[in-house]
Amino acid sequence: MSTLLEVEHLKVRFRSMGALRALMRRVKDPYIDAVCDVSFRIGRGETLGLVGESGSGKSTIARALMGLIPSHGGSMRFDGTELRGLSQRAYKPVRRDMAMMFQDPVGSLSPRLTVRSLITEPFRIHGVRDRDMDAETRRLLEMVGLPAGFAQRFPHQLSGGQARRVGVARALALDPRLVIADEPTAGLDVSIQGEVMNLLAELQDRLGIGMVVITHNLNVVRHISDQMAVMYLGRFVEQGPTEEVFHRPRHPYTEVLLSANPEPDPDAKLHRVEARGDIPSLAHRPTGCEFHTRCPRARDYCREVAPALSSAAPDHTYTCHFPLEADAKERRLEA
Amino acid sequence: MVATAETTRSEQTDVRGDSAWVQHWKQLRSNPLGLFGLVLVVLMVGSAVLADVIVPYDPTQILVGPRLGPPSWEHPLGTDQLGRDTLSRVIMGGQVAMLVAVAALSVALSIGLLLGLIAGFGPRWLDNGLLLVLDSVRAFPVIIFALAVITLLGPSLTTVVLVVAITSIPVYARVVRTQTQSLSDNEYILAERAMGAGTPRILGVHILPNVIGPLLILASMDVPLVIALEAGLSFLGMGVRPPTPSWGTILNNGYNYIQNSPWPVIAGGIPIILTTLGFTFLGEALRDIFDPKLRRDV
Repeated sequence: MSTLLEVEHLKVRFRSMGALRALMRRVKDPYIDAVCDVSFRIGRGETLGLVGESGSGKSTIARALMGLIPSHGGSMRFDGTELRGLSQRAYKPVRRDMAMMFQDPVGSLSPRLTVRSLITEPFRIHGVRDRDMDAETRRLLEMVGLPAGFAQRFPHQLSGGQARRVGVARALALDPRLVIADEPTAGLDVSIQGEVMNLLAELQDRLGIGMVVITHNLNVVRHISDQMAVMYLGRFVEQGPTEEVFHRPRHPYTEVLLSANPEPDPDAKLHRVEARGDIPSLAHRPTGCEFHTRCPRARDYCREVAPALSSAAPDHTYTCHFPLEADAKERRLEA
Repeated sequence: MVATAETTRSEQTDVRGDSAWVQHWKQLRSNPLGLFGLVLVVLMVGSAVLADVIVPYDPTQILVGPRLGPPSWEHPLGTDQLGRDTLSRVIMGGQVAMLVAVAALSVALSIGLLLGLIAGFGPRWLDNGLLLVLDSVRAFPVIIFALAVITLLGPSLTTVVLVVAITSIPVYARVVRTQTQSLSDNEYILAERAMGAGTPRILGVHILPNVIGPLLILASMDVPLVIALEAGLSFLGMGVRPPTPSWGTILNNGYNYIQNSPWPVIAGGIPIILTTLGFTFLGEALRDIFDPKLRRDV
């Protein structure tokens, strides 16, 4: 499968204080690293799921990809074009091929525009004038399963699920090759979540678009992504094919996330693994393995030495000194 | 285009309620003070627009009748110290007052809007620079600033408009800046940027329509301030030049002869009071209607 997006050693930093204050406090490096050394590859029509707690840098990666915030290292190649260092003007054609759906379904729609104006906005922005906007409106609404009458509605007249569908229609208006979905199911009822997930999966099958799905809902990841990556403090701690990671997690953090995921079967025997304490501040990263402060398996060694990237399979990588064994899940179920 | 719009509408299946404007009108109707304001404003603006047609006498013509005469059938508001018809002068003075208000506020509104959008959406250093200038302008006491400008440029209608415009710009610019900043934090602005929309499009299509409503309400509440300022400057002899009538000059002249007759002062003062009340009531009613947070009945 040919590569659509290849990200290597991406780094995004935010200023943590003003230049003057940094000078006064003698802070040499007044930045925090929100995303650190992140690499991944998405093929055409493939989906990558990004999971991790709030503040782990998932959305930051999305915004850096869309050129909404600057990145500070590494490379991002989309369809062979290097995106880092492009001017806003040069980014415009990229934004035609790469669409992003934002977290808040209603809040990401401009409140004074009708649904028709909202979903045809990409045509106007990119100067596509040779199409019949009424026909396009009908085509896009039908594609996301909304009646044509919705064209005249305003965002505040839509429910969360309907607004999300409008967001999907808008993202797909110009037939992008990559769609970045930031929490596509956040704030929706469980039944609506299912509908939106099915819609995304179906559209992806039919249109063959690549997707990056950011979520902390593991069911979403399992449902629609081929590959998944687990983020902690701006780094990928485990990355691999979704089923592989679900069945044979290696990193203790992945295990914590998986065991925190509610099981539909109330009688299922649960083996809960919990992380202690809270997620550390990005400004004070722990030494050694950054997960050691919360890891149930941490030893002294972990506090001192940062683990290198290891592979369980050619495309399944993790960073842990004492990974879970491959049969851990099976043993867990027996226990 | 018209035909396609109709087909889309006919496909509509749900029943829609009143349009926004009908709803606003219903709210205004249930607000007696606001309605009173509206009536006063319509009366004042109407008489200003039609002033040349409805004046019973030429407001600058010196009549042969009594001077400082009390109200009578020929002169409902009496005559001034030169024997001119006070009602005609009040009506023409209203035209001057409205002209100053509309001219000054539209200039202040457009420049304030532009500066506010730049400060609110532009880079931080530009924002800080603009704020410094705006706050410096606003720090001047209005009357002192007005007297200084009038001394420099000479008293005239244009000077009054200029003074009012300059002193009002910072107020509007600040309001627009704050609104723009809070709107820019919305996710839909980020979504527009992600779609590739440029700054002009984001400002024009997605921010301006959300800023303009509150701004127009603010402006309508500022009309009485401007009228009072014009009257004040004219009272001080620094505004409109005689023989052009202005509420301020009517007051000033009447004040000199108040021991002979109270009528000119009453005739010049009442329209100022009524206009102030009218625009204030209407402005407050509009604010309640358009600001959903203050809405009681929804």
